[in-house]
Amino acid sequence: MFQNIGEMLILFWRTLRALPATLRQRRKVAEQLFEIGNASLLMACILSLFIGGVITLESGPVLAERGLSSTIGALVGLSMCKELAPVMMAVLIAGRIGSAMAAEIGSMRVYQEIDALSTMNINPIHYLVLPRVVAISFALPVLVIFSMLVGWWGGALVAVTYQKIHITWQAFFSSLKEFVEVHDLVHGFIKSYAFALVIGVVSCHQGLQTIGGPRGIGRSVTKAVVNSIVLILILDYFLTRVLVYFEI
Amino acid sequence: MNAADANSRSVSVQVRGLRKSFDGQPVLFGIDLDIQPGEIFVIMGPSGSGKSVLLKHIIGLESPDEGTILIEGQPIDSPGVMDKFRMAMVFQSGALLNSLTVGENVGLYLTEHRLKPPAEIARVVAEKLELVGLKGLEERNPSELSGGMKKRVAIARALVIEPQLVLYDEPTSELDPLSAVTIGEEILNLNQRTHATSIVVTHDRDLAFGVADRMAIILEGRIVFVGTPDETRRAPDPAIQKFLTSDFSFKPKSKL
Ligand SMILES: Nc1ncnc2c1ncn2[C@@H]1O[C@H](COP(=O)(O)OP(=O)(O)OP(=O)(O)O)[C@@H](O)[C@H]1O
Ligand SMILES: [Mg+2]
Repeated sequence: MFQNIGEMLILFWRTLRALPATLRQRRKVAEQLFEIGNASLLMACILSLFIGGVITLESGPVLAERGLSSTIGALVGLSMCKELAPVMMAVLIAGRIGSAMAAEIGSMRVYQEIDALSTMNINPIHYLVLPRVVAISFALPVLVIFSMLVGWWGGALVAVTYQKIHITWQAFFSSLKEFVEVHDLVHGFIKSYAFALVIGVVSCHQGLQTIGGPRGIGRSVTKAVVNSIVLILILDYFLTRVLVYFEI
Repeated sequence: MNAADANSRSVSVQVRGLRKSFDGQPVLFGIDLDIQPGEIFVIMGPSGSGKSVLLKHIIGLESPDEGTILIEGQPIDSPGVMDKFRMAMVFQSGALLNSLTVGENVGLYLTEHRLKPPAEIARVVAEKLELVGLKGLEERNPSELSGGMKKRVAIARALVIEPQLVLYDEPTSELDPLSAVTIGEEILNLNQRTHATSIVVTHDRDLAFGVADRMAIILEGRIVFVGTPDETRRAPDPAIQKFLTSDFSFKPKSKL
């Protein structure tokens, strides 16, 4: 997997250089955005609700026992926005959208559609990669914000209703408001941008690399998803180090 | 350099010492060809002899291990050649974009390069589809077409480009004899109308002798003969004669 990183960086660089053409491809960007929203909004909602809930469920009783129930909101708020929303949404999108990108581009490669584009002097990077990478890097951060909000509500819901914690809505959200600051949201936002680029570039690269028939497409899809997730988790650590260093 | 000028001339194609192997398995053993501007050049040979691979090299989809391809004297892989000359290829499989409708496929070149306003594109698309006998099928999806229909859509897509150089990979291989003749006529028409240099790869002998100005025979990755159709018929090489004359005469002809 790591020998491909150089190729992926080249693909990323070419996509960056194609950025001025985004306006011309806006219809395809819109199509992709719709696709992403349509495929993942409901899923993101359910996922986030349960993640917020389970953090409260795990940590709430322990904190409440020690008289720290006023920090539950802060804990859920911070972990959701700095870590869980960006990473979980990235994993979800890698599974749902990264796989689709790799499959679509991969089958176009195998069935010579990309060759046909080249003979028509249509650059596959402009036509295929650019709209996907642009769309995902718009969509993922939005999805992450959405996931944070839903996750907070999930946490609050459990904190209010679970009898071993049992605090009020006001207590939960005032604690959250006290600790979660704008730079924490920025922290999550930056991560989600980085993860979006990873998913887009890895999946498109795998798609373009596809060789062989339907088997090859299957292999590409698996690799796109697995490599995206592995890279996201590794990048997450180093990115956090850097962001913490700059106190974001 | 006058762009309009360069866009209306037909182009010459030269292949020089082209060699290609896949995974150490040689496929092309030093191909040399000179194709004149405006001629219909047919490359004939049995299945697996390397015709499709040769064609992909000519339009720059594959890069040679050795040798060069020159379009109007300029290497195909030098920057700007694809922008300067209009080229089109009709793939053996059609290679239509499955995510687009038939109409969008045919008009793709014009829409992506913004050469005409949408209404004008729709008109051109309808016209070319009619030309290949698929009038009114714009809204269909490629997956709903038969193999032969796909091939004809692919030909319409190439016609829209109004190419200076057009490559056909087995244009008639999935067509019934009647449509095959139509396609042959279309290849001739396009050539006569625009003088587009046409390279036709086929193992259909009727098509080959019907349209060719000159033809080459490729056997196992080597060009063994180049000449006019008449010269080819008289070629002394027994392997060529075998390829040209074999037919389905297993059963004795019944007397009617
Ligand atoms: N991408 C590739 N990788 C490996 N081998 C290849 C590749 N493309 C072609 N070949 C090999 O090259 C040889 C020539 O293939 P090609 O497709 O040019 O044949 P062809 O003359 O077009 O045959 P047909 O008339 O059946 O289309 C075949 O043996 C094929 O296995
Ligand atoms: Mg072939």
